[in-house]
Amino acid sequence: MAEAHPVGFQWVVEAMNRGATVIHVDPRFTRTSALADEYVPLRAGTDIAFLGGIINYVLTHELDFREYVLAYTNAASIISEDFQDTDDLEGLFSGFNRETRTYDETSWQYAGREDHAEPAQETKQERQTAQPLQHESHGISLQDEPPRDDTLQHPNCVYQILKRHYARYTPEMVAETCGVPVEQFLEVCRAWTENSGRDRTTALVYSVGWTQHSVGVQYIRAGAILQLLLGNMGRPGGGILALRGHASIQGSTDIPTLFNLLPGYLVMPNPADHGSFREWIEDMGGGAGAKGFWANAEAYGVNLLKAYWGEKATADNDFCFDYLPRITGDHGTYRSVLDMIDGKVKGYFLLGQNPAVGSAHGKAQRLGMANLDWLVVRDLFEIESASFWKNSPEVETGEIVPEECATEVFLLPAAGHAEKEGTFTQTQRMLQWREKALEPPGDCRSELWFFYHLGRMVRERLAGSTDARDRPVLDLAWDYPVDGPHEEPSAEAVLREINGYEVATGRPLASFTEMRTDGSTLGGCWIYTGVFADGVNQAARRKPGSEQGPVALEWGWVWPANRRILYNRASADPEGRPWSERKAYVWWDEEQGRWTGHDVPDFEVAKSPSYRAPAGASGVEALSGDDAFIMMGDGKGALFVPQGLLDGPLPTHYEPVESLFRNPLYAQQANPTRLEYRREENRMNPGGADAHTDVFPFVFTTSRLTEHHTAGGMSRYLQYLSELQPEMFVEVSPALAEERGLEHLGWCHVVTARAAIEGRVMVTERLRPLRVEGRTVHQAWLPYHWGSGGMVTGDSANDLLGIVLDPNVLIQESKVGTCDVRSGRRPRGQALLDLVAEYRRRAGLVGATYPPVLTTGKGTEQ
Amino acid sequence: MAKTFLNWPVLRQLTGSDVLGRGAAAKSARSEELTARTSTADRVARSVCPYCAVGCGQRIYVKDEQIVQIEGDPDSPISRGRLCPKGSASKNLLTSPMRQTTVRYRRPYGTEWEELDLDTAMEMIADRVVSTRRETWQDEDEDGHRVRRTMGIASLGGATLDNEENYLIKKLFTALGAIQIENQARI
Ligand code: SF4
Repeated sequence: MAEAHPVGFQWVVEAMNRGATVIHVDPRFTRTSALADEYVPLRAGTDIAFLGGIINYVLTHELDFREYVLAYTNAASIISEDFQDTDDLEGLFSGFNRETRTYDETSWQYAGREDHAEPAQETKQERQTAQPLQHESHGISLQDEPPRDDTLQHPNCVYQILKRHYARYTPEMVAETCGVPVEQFLEVCRAWTENSGRDRTTALVYSVGWTQHSVGVQYIRAGAILQLLLGNMGRPGGGILALRGHASIQGSTDIPTLFNLLPGYLVMPNPADHGSFREWIEDMGGGAGAKGFWANAEAYGVNLLKAYWGEKATADNDFCFDYLPRITGDHGTYRSVLDMIDGKVKGYFLLGQNPAVGSAHGKAQRLGMANLDWLVVRDLFEIESASFWKNSPEVETGEIVPEECATEVFLLPAAGHAEKEGTFTQTQRMLQWREKALEPPGDCRSELWFFYHLGRMVRERLAGSTDARDRPVLDLAWDYPVDGPHEEPSAEAVLREINGYEVATGRPLASFTEMRTDGSTLGGCWIYTGVFADGVNQAARRKPGSEQGPVALEWGWVWPANRRILYNRASADPEGRPWSERKAYVWWDEEQGRWTGHDVPDFEVAKSPSYRAPAGASGVEALSGDDAFIMMGDGKGALFVPQGLLDGPLPTHYEPVESLFRNPLYAQQANPTRLEYRREENRMNPGGADAHTDVFPFVFTTSRLTEHHTAGGMSRYLQYLSELQPEMFVEVSPALAEERGLEHLGWCHVVTARAAIEGRVMVTERLRPLRVEGRTVHQAWLPYHWGSGGMVTGDSANDLLGIVLDPNVLIQESKVGTCDVRSGRRPRGQALLDLVAEYRRRAGLVGATYPPVLTTGKGTEQ
Repeated sequence: MAKTFLNWPVLRQLTGSDVLGRGAAAKSARSEELTARTSTADRVARSVCPYCAVGCGQRIYVKDEQIVQIEGDPDSPISRGRLCPKGSASKNLLTSPMRQTTVRYRRPYGTEWEELDLDTAMEMIADRVVSTRRETWQDEDEDGHRVRRTMGIASLGGATLDNEENYLIKKLFTALGAIQIENQARI
């Protein structure tokens, strides 16, 4: 955090000054470790073993916050007796189909609710469409209360299942797996549990490298289980804080430029599940009798379609639902890049993004771009993704020959953040409006300008067309006011549409509860409704922090409804009283008959804690006064997830795909449901029991430096930042340096089955060899900021990676791999290709055979 | 003030109120004449750092239609006026000598960039979007499902852009039937 989010870290320091203990768990000693009370190095890729060990410690010693757990989590809910756990099935859960490598979720359901499972063939569809993203935000869908045992003794209640599942994650097992000594591990357990409960809360902060694993979603789930057990969710000083890495990456998820989502986490329809408008709504939780806030999905869907197709969208034509294109599988960025290599994708837009350096498997990225008809790059600088045809590593090796590369490239200069107005959504869901300081220079333009005018020009070209495929384009509501010498569209007008308004009067909606299903209102992103309440741009509010309390509700605007802490109903006990005076945040005021406190309550403001949903109630009415997790169908925080995860209802330790070790817990080595693209250019290094793991004998991981930003497109082209961090380097421990004859500040190169890259050697005790399963394991660390462009150049660490994805969200495993490290510079030209080929040959990575994904005989064939 | 022995900074430090020598005692006649760029600017815009997702507040000072300084915004309850090295360097992001301000074009099989005016580039891109869409259009997929889309156009980027921009990008591409629209959140 101190490295990559330094100004956010000031609050950690502030907390330390008030007595907080800070523990930093990371393979590498960083600026955060330097300030932390305790630094815990661990083997990259073993976080679930580590957190599972803490969960086991909590459950073994019954240190959970029992009142919170009973009231607000699904600990007491009883799971189907058909459920079988990983202990019985060598690392698989019940319902696994060996042929499709997918789960049938039936046996994971609440007892008596087995018919709520997604049918197995849908689970297969899901793996291809990243639909769990939908379930993550939509939660479980239920129509009645699941059976419970409030004594938590029933053998199949979630609490007992959890206890059995993590019983193997003992301190000794953690030490063996993660390389963390038992005593140090227990110190972390004690600190975390002693600082949680009624009077105290503990925060879990992660950076999004956590998501970049073949089990990334389950990493975060493991953190969520722990924080729920300890009663740290929805409370001040608690929670799970994801430190996201780009100014508005949260915004680009909420208003997604993502293939499987529409604004506000509505789903892109697929033909199998969403043949009709009604099916689409029901699948998002808007069916008759559904519980929770997703029960209003119809209003959210109608308002989006109205915002897209304006007056053409009417109740009679299902608001043009038919105009939405359909997804039918994995259309993620890695699939698209492989399709470029195969010649299926013809045109590509890159908008402030530099995949030639920033995405896994740089060579695949560049070869894909070299096989397009046309490429449009919009950026401030001539980044590597624009110039791949003349100065990429493949030009050096002859794999890309400029005279033979047909890709037509348009490099269009973009406006910077000061040269346009609009909102970013930062990592705590806060929208902040930026004023425009000045006009962009020369031909530089905003994306708003580019896309508005591109849309206008395409519509002009299609005008008069009678082809049905052109209707969605021609009927699009695309008339934004423009202004100034370049006819810049008004960002505020767009924000107003995002917020939503009454069609007849233009009155901005104050809350998504005002959205109607009859077409009389429209709104482009329901969770952002309120950002333009009262016709005021709430994101532009800038009442100084010094004139407000610590929650600072009048700075910017946070979705939803300006709530700063999600699920903050849980900061009060079931009766609505603060858990303690010290941790009072939001509470029920009996006299006034409403929720009140320091934040906007994340609950219906007049719903009493004693309210009990009547039998047969649906929608928001079906949430009782103590159902704090209002987006979940059962109102409860999910310790166990019956629906929506493709790789199991509980986090389980699997080894990284490229690992030097056998899974010490189960016969199943790595995530059995991971998505692999088995192609010659995407060979993975051997792992676990595979032969020849010794060819790539070291572990490597990558991360950021304070002075650079991701793929370097916003930092290597700047004088100051280039001067501060001028050169690519590889950090190794003194022991590894000795073993490989590496000299501090000399050169070394790192080799994987995909590439060999070079950098300066940094010999440092920031990396420590660890003892794992009785062996010493060396970990190397690399920053991933460099490429062939900019003021300071160097090889790209992401070239080392292959592409293997988490099945739930299709994010790549890029924070752990295996490699060899050798002294000296890498070879050039053909000799470089020969070196990598030689490594592949030695590792047995030749021919059409690939190592098995399944390393246990369990699961069913059909 | 004449240059005299009495004007020696060390003496002023020892005899005056500025014992630590970090204020008046260390000032020279030249530094007294200096004024901050922030005080002579024509205007200031309230902005936000464009790098990481902490969202630090910025004040952007403009004089003669040039950015003269970017400072942390002390009013921000997130950042309290601080900026890290990247945020502090963000003026350089906009004023770097490497910044592109004109369109560059690389024709198929070309070995060098060429100049192209923006209007022509826009016309050419609009033509390509229309023709690629037409050539790669699918009314149905291989299984006969109605999909009405193009698999010939992909896009990557958005995490560094504004919400309003992402909104228009997704809206236009969805209407065009282009579905392979992705950003850093997948990476
Ligand atoms: S100043 Fe630094 S910490 Fe703050 S938003 Fe910018 S990059 Fe992030």
